[in-house]
Order: sequence, then C-alpha cells, then structure tokens
Amino acid sequence: MLDYVTSYLRSNTTPGQAGNLLWAFIYIILIFLGLSVAVIAMNWLERKILAHMQVRLGPMRVGPHGLLQPIADAIKLLIKEDIMPAEADKSVFWIAPVLIVITAFTTFIVVPFGPTHAVTDMNIGVLFMLGVSSLSVLGVVMAGWASNSHYPLIGALRSSAQMVSYEIAMGLAVVAAVLMTSLHGNGLYGVAHGAVGDGTLSMIDIVKAQQDQHAWFIFKFFPLGLIAFFIFAVAMIAETNRAPFDLPEAESELTAGFHTEYSGFRWSLFFLAEYSAMIAVSSIAVTLWLGGWLRPFPTWLTGETWDLVFSLFPAATFLLLALIALVGTLRMPKHPYFRVQTLGLAGFAAVLALIGILLLLPPVRDRIQDIYWFSLKVAGFMYLYIWYRGTFPRYRFDQLMRVGWKVLLPVGLGVLILTAIVGVLL
Amino acid sequence: MTPVATPFFFYLLSGLALLGGILVITRKNAVHSALALILTLLALAGLYLMLYAPFVAGVQIILYAGGIMVLFLFVIMLVSIEKSQREDQFNKQWIGGLVGAVALGALFVRVFVRSKALHDLTGMPMAQLPEQSNTQEIAVYLYGNYMLAFEIASLLLLVAIIGAVVMAKKRI
Amino acid sequence: MSDPSTNISHLELGDRNETFLDSNELVINMGPQHPATHGVLRVILKLDGEKVLGTECVIGYLHRGVEKIAENRTYAMFNPYVDRMDYVAAVSNGLGYCEAVEKLLNVQAPPRANYIRVILTELNRLASHMLWLGTHALDIGAITPLFYTFRDREEILKIFEKYCGARLTTHAFRIGGCLYETYDGFEKDVTNFLDFVTPKIDEYEELLTTNRIWVERTKNVGKISGKECIALGVTGPVLRASGVRWDVRKAQPYAAYSDFDFEIPIGQNGDTYDRYLVRMAEMRQSLHIIRQAVGKIPEGPIMAKVPKVIKPPVGEIYHSIEAPKGELGYFIVSDGSTQPYRLRVRPPSFVNLQALDMMVRGQLVADVVAVIGTLDIVLGEVDR
Repeated sequence: MLDYVTSYLRSNTTPGQAGNLLWAFIYIILIFLGLSVAVIAMNWLERKILAHMQVRLGPMRVGPHGLLQPIADAIKLLIKEDIMPAEADKSVFWIAPVLIVITAFTTFIVVPFGPTHAVTDMNIGVLFMLGVSSLSVLGVVMAGWASNSHYPLIGALRSSAQMVSYEIAMGLAVVAAVLMTSLHGNGLYGVAHGAVGDGTLSMIDIVKAQQDQHAWFIFKFFPLGLIAFFIFAVAMIAETNRAPFDLPEAESELTAGFHTEYSGFRWSLFFLAEYSAMIAVSSIAVTLWLGGWLRPFPTWLTGETWDLVFSLFPAATFLLLALIALVGTLRMPKHPYFRVQTLGLAGFAAVLALIGILLLLPPVRDRIQDIYWFSLKVAGFMYLYIWYRGTFPRYRFDQLMRVGWKVLLPVGLGVLILTAIVGVLL
Repeated sequence: MTPVATPFFFYLLSGLALLGGILVITRKNAVHSALALILTLLALAGLYLMLYAPFVAGVQIILYAGGIMVLFLFVIMLVSIEKSQREDQFNKQWIGGLVGAVALGALFVRVFVRSKALHDLTGMPMAQLPEQSNTQEIAVYLYGNYMLAFEIASLLLLVAIIGAVVMAKKRI
Repeated sequence: MSDPSTNISHLELGDRNETFLDSNELVINMGPQHPATHGVLRVILKLDGEKVLGTECVIGYLHRGVEKIAENRTYAMFNPYVDRMDYVAAVSNGLGYCEAVEKLLNVQAPPRANYIRVILTELNRLASHMLWLGTHALDIGAITPLFYTFRDREEILKIFEKYCGARLTTHAFRIGGCLYETYDGFEKDVTNFLDFVTPKIDEYEELLTTNRIWVERTKNVGKISGKECIALGVTGPVLRASGVRWDVRKAQPYAAYSDFDFEIPIGQNGDTYDRYLVRMAEMRQSLHIIRQAVGKIPEGPIMAKVPKVIKPPVGEIYHSIEAPKGELGYFIVSDGSTQPYRLRVRPPSFVNLQALDMMVRGQLVADVVAVIGTLDIVLGEVDR
C-alpha cells in the first residue's frame, strides 16, 4: 500500500498515465480546492484592483482590508433564498448551472501545472479543453431559456452566438500553435534541428516542444506566434463573456443577462464557473504560447546558479506577501476595536511566511517551482481581465460579430497558412 | 494503459445513449428533445473514447454537442413553446416507426449472431481494437490518402454555407 | 384615459393567430426598474432579434404634481420646489424660476448677485455634465469614468455646501438676488477647483475620446438632424450637436452672461459621439466663464428691493434659461394674488425624450441604452 503511494512520486508521468488512481484522485481534489481558493482570491483581488483603479478602496470592513469579504459573500449566497421563477422550466433551470460548473471544472483534468502535475495527459489535450469548454454554451443557453423571461433569453441568444463565433477564431489560433510543435523551421527561423517533427495535441507535449525548441511559441516565427497569441487572447475574453465582450450579461442593457433570474447558491455556481472558465482559457493560452510551467529566460540565464535563483522565486513571493501583510499589521490603527483584525492580519502574515519557508526546502522547491511559474503566468492573465474591465466600454453586438468574423477569422486563417509556409520553407 | 471497469462504462454509456434517443422522440417540448439529443451525442463521444478514438470523441463534442446542437437550441428557443405544445404533433406514424425499429433491431441482432457464429466456426479474429491513440493516423489518412475526397467534402460544405447565407439574408 | 400599461397599440403587436414559427418579434419592457433608464423611465421596445422596430416611453412614475403645487404656494414658498425637478441641476432650476418671477415683478437682481448666480449655475452645469458623462459611459460599459466624475463632482458639491448648506437641492437663489453673501475664501475655492478640474477633464477625454470601442459605440448612433430637432423642440447640447447654434445664454442673455466671452460648441453629425464632444467642450467653456466671472465679482448689494409679500401685477410671463440639459422655461400666469394662477414648466428632459423613438428606430438594443444616456434625461424633470 505504502509502495503504491510512493511509487508514483518516483515516476515521471502524470497519475492518469501511470494508471495510479489514488494519486489521480488526490490531484483532482487538490485542483478542485486550489481552483475554489483561486476563485475566492480572484473575487477579492478583482474588487480591490478595480477599486484602486477607480479611486476608491473597495471592501474594507470584513476582516483587515476586506480579506474575509469573499467568505462573507459566500456564506450570504449559501443561506439566501433560492428563488425559482413560477413559469420556469424546472428541470432545465436546475441542470443549467450544474452543467456549467461541471464543464468549467472538467477542463482542468488536462491542464499541465508541471511535467507531472496534471491529472492526466491526453493526446487530444487541447481538443479536449476546447471541446469541454464549448459545452458551457449549452449551460448558458439552457439557463436563458429555462428562466422563461425576455432578458435572460436575449442574453442567452447573444452569448451562444458569441461563443460559437469566437470558438472558430480561437480554434484557428490554437491550430497555428499546434502546427508550431511540429515545425522547427530552417535557416531564418530555425530553432533546433531544422526538421519537420511530429506534431502533438497533448498539453504536456506542447510545453515540452517549446522546451526542446528553446522558444515559447509567442516568440516563434516572429511575428506569427505573437499574432496567433493575440487572436487567442481576444477570443478567450469573448469566450468567457468578460469586458469588453460582456454583452450576454451587459448590466446596462440586459440587467444580468442569462442569469438574471438566478439567485443564491445557483447564481454562485455561475459565478464560480465564470471565473474557473477564465482560469481555464488562460491556462490554455499559457500552455500554448507562454511556455506553460517553464521558467522565464531558460536559454539566456542558464547554469546551476540561475536555476537556484529562479527556484527561490516561489518562496520569495510568499515571503514578500508576508512582509506586506506584516507592514499592514503594523500600520493597523492602535485601537482596541481593531485588535481582532490586527491579530488576524498578523496570523495571515505568519501563515504566508510559513508557506514561504516551507517552499525553501529543496525537495518541495523542486516540485513546486513548475506550479509556481504556471500560476504566475495565469495570474498575469487574470490581472489583464480585471484591467480590461476597468478600462474598456462594451462592444455592441454587431460590432462584436464583425470583430470575430471579419477581423479575427481572416487573420487567424492567414496566420495559419503563413505558419505552415514559414515553418516548411524559411 | 489498463482499462478501468470497462463493461460498466460501456453499459452506462450505451444506456445513456439509448435513454437520450428515446427521450428525443417522446418529449413534446422541443428544447427537452434537443437536450436529450445532446445527452446521446455525449454518450457516443464517451463510447468513441472507449474505442481508443479520442480525436473522434473530441470532434464529436466540439462539433455536435458544442456547435451544431447550440445552433439547434438557438432556433428552437425562439419558437414559442406554449404554442407548439398546443399544436398537434405532425408525426403520428407510430406503427410505421415501430415496424422500422423492430426491423432494424432484428438486422443488428442477426449480424451480431452471424458474425459470432463465423468467429466460432473459422477462428477469424473479431474486429481488432487499436491499442493506442490513432490521432496521427487519422491525419495521415485525411490529408494523405483521402486528400481529394476531403477537399471535395469541404468544398461542398462551403457551397452549403453560401447557399444558406443567400437564402437566409433578406438583402446582401 | 386608458391605462398606460396596455396602451401599446401603435407598436402594431401583430395578430395573435400567427403560427409558432413566426415569433421573431419580441416586445420587452425596459424599466421602470432597469439599471440603464436613469430612474423610473419605462420603455416598451418592440424588437426583431436585436433590432429595434419601435419604442414607446411610459412616464409618470415620478410625478409629484409640481405645477399644481405651485398654484397653492406663494411665490417665495414655491422656490425650493423647483430644485426637486432636475435634482442634479438644482441651481439652474432656481435661477430660471427666480428670474421669471423677477421679470414678472419687474425688478433687476443687482450685478453682484448676477455674478454669483453665473458662477454657481456654471458650476452646476459642470456637475450635471459630469454626472451625465459618468452614467453615460457606464451605460456603454466603461465603469471607470463614473468614479472619476463623481470624485470631481464632489468638489463642486462641497462649494455648494459651503455656500448655502445644501449639496443637491440647494435653494441657492431668492427672488430678487441671493440670500447669502459669498463666504470667505469663495473665490479662492472656485479658482482652486478650476485648476483642479481642468486636467481632470483631459483625463476623461483620454479614457474615452479616442477609445476605439467608445467611438464605434457612439458614432452614427442615434442620429438626429437639426431640422428634426427643431421640429420636435429638442434643445440644449442635443440640438447643438446637430449643428444648430442655439444657446439661450447667447441668444437672449440673462443674468450676467452678456459680460462674458465664451463660445457655443456645435457638432455636425448629430450622433451620440458629437453630443459627447459638444458636452465635453461645454464643460471647458463653463470653466472659461467661471474663470472670467470669479476674477471680477463686483462689489455691492446682493438683493434687490423686493416687497416682503410678493404680489406680482396681473399678467403672464415666459422666461427661459439654458439649463445643462437644454432650454428650461417657466411660464407664469399671475392673477395679482400672492400665488401663481398657473405655472407651467418647460422641462428640457421631457421635450428631449420625445426624440428617443426617432433616434433609435432601426438601431440595436444596445443603442437604446446609449441614446437614453446621451439625451441626458432626469426623470424628476420629465415627470415633475
């Protein structure tokens, strides 16, 4: 039994490939928990960052600097009355949020947080992610229709049209990246062997291809990789219904779009799904173009020393966060009223510092480093999402369709063709 | 890769597919029928996965469940359900349908029994399942051996798209 | 009169016998509780998919009978009521009313009072335009400008509060002049505010004016020509954005506006983008006027000689001013008693709202929101 547990740790594959059910299960639990925590953190960060962009403070009351606000919100949502409209189609109304959450979480089965840190590695990894995330449209459509109300219906129509349209541009960009796994390029763009290798759809192999070719695909066949990445980056915002493509839930037009009639726990499922979907598509982008779990500058800053320096980054990040929390603790008003909050923040700082110190241990450091770089890149995308929301007005429906079909689609096709030509000829 | 509880999943998925198929034709509400059809398609995708055809399964999910069925729903949703439920179902050929279903079922059973008998008689192997992924072979066949057929099919689809646009658009 | 909720006949809702396959047309109710109708406006939209086939506004949810109340109050008592009509531009409302009654009484506010009036009114115009910009941008999906404009509007409200104790419903002016002398440091506060807000307006423009999405969302949206504006009686920035150079401040100068040098910004296309540009330019012009006025507030009394009991001679008067939203007119009929016989307000929001249907017909749902925002209506004024 113990051997069964430890044998996987010594192996060099994902639990799914190793056929190790126990570890697969552990990874699923870990990802589920991590994702939930990430969504909660995103909730707090989005409100804080957006607030600071908009010259206000954001949540400040529940816990120090509103740190407990998302938890308070979660409790509020859980104990809220669950309202189902009288004329709603009960079963469909019930299934829709569940379906959306399932699709949002299922995609994470193939997300490679590291060369071995994924539930499993499928040889159709990218296809699987795109396919399962495309199923979330069904949930949106079902929610909009089952509410039996005009605003959700229009929201559902908009989002289904939008998601189906942008999936095409997204798919083209992905194909361009997949093509790059097989093309090493010659002369001008040549990176490695100068031969046409085997392409792959597996998420882990795509990152490994970037490692072998010493080039993240965003920089490959410059500027083709960059354009493909840009297309994907735009399409993924549309795909997740975020600003400036948040028409399905355009607050000023359709109140809350397809989930207008949902409340309480059901609504929180939509919320959870939206943020998990954001993380999921960002993971695809990171895997395909930004080198997944690879650390920055793998070719320029090589050698033992640099490896060590980069492996200290996770610990340094947590220690820095702990320091910030500590400064926050010291700057808390010295008033009995704030005693609990101050203690709480100090405890938070201690927990962060403890994690930081834990990450300094060599065996942990080696295993965690990949996850850290991957999460950091995804976090960058999350910040972009928030930034967009604070900056851009909303597109109109016809303009959205025009951007999707008349700009992204032709450009995506062009990039695909050029990538093939460049990869074989240049 | 060791298969896990294969018969269980096979019967589960087949059962779901059959259940979905029955629901499609028995539901009065068109949206429910469409959702049942999606269930069938997803169960079929699972069966493809069990047959070591992950690419087909993925394409089945993306194209049918995620693409085509969404468009189906898109149209059906705009149809006023109350009115459609009051209207008579225009398909009442129960007897014909039943006869067709029984005939087809008999055909399947016959083929199965016959092939099993042949297998026992001659010792010819049953259909051989590929042991690993065949995604790359599909690519080789599609873009190598059957390139022309593939391209003709895509051209046909293009024509269909243009035709649909021309017919649907009031003014171009 | 029939019930307004069923009075949707002119939208031609179609006969009920069509089969279930022809139900492309959708009638939806926007409001009265809706985040983008700026209060309690109800718009019934007839849609073909996303396209608007027709609209009908249902108003009156905020009706308080202001005009009827006027008939039962003395002239001085009615003065605070006008603040509650366009509550984001209360100072302008008060100015219009006071000047109308002054005209009826045939008295002239002293020059010092007029200068104070101009400064406060122009500050109020800025506040109103800032509120418009924030909410309009919010409707189009840009959430950040709202907070910027509210931050800066706060400074104006602080000046109001220091001057007369109220922030929103100020009741700043009295018939015959002003009640309050400027407080110590008023000029300095105003000048500081001018220096503070000038770069802020650039900041708003930086966020929006050249923003591709903003331009696409507003260009050629809700177009209305100058002729149509005049036919519908539309005034204010909406009229000027359609290329008609009409501003009551220039055409029939009141208060001390003839003393100042300022321009009337006009647009060419009469679309939402031009209205945005016109209002932004107007904000700068307002700053320009305030800067001129604050430097040379004349000394002297702030109140003309007005009898304790106001009993205007028998007669009628119409006086209009350029409120932030358009021409705000007061028509007062006096029967010689202490109360108006009839008082009629010509609210710019109400008249401008008429243009909604013309502006959105054939456009998309999202444009309805943009057009309601660009018309800059305040329901308190529409319903009175």
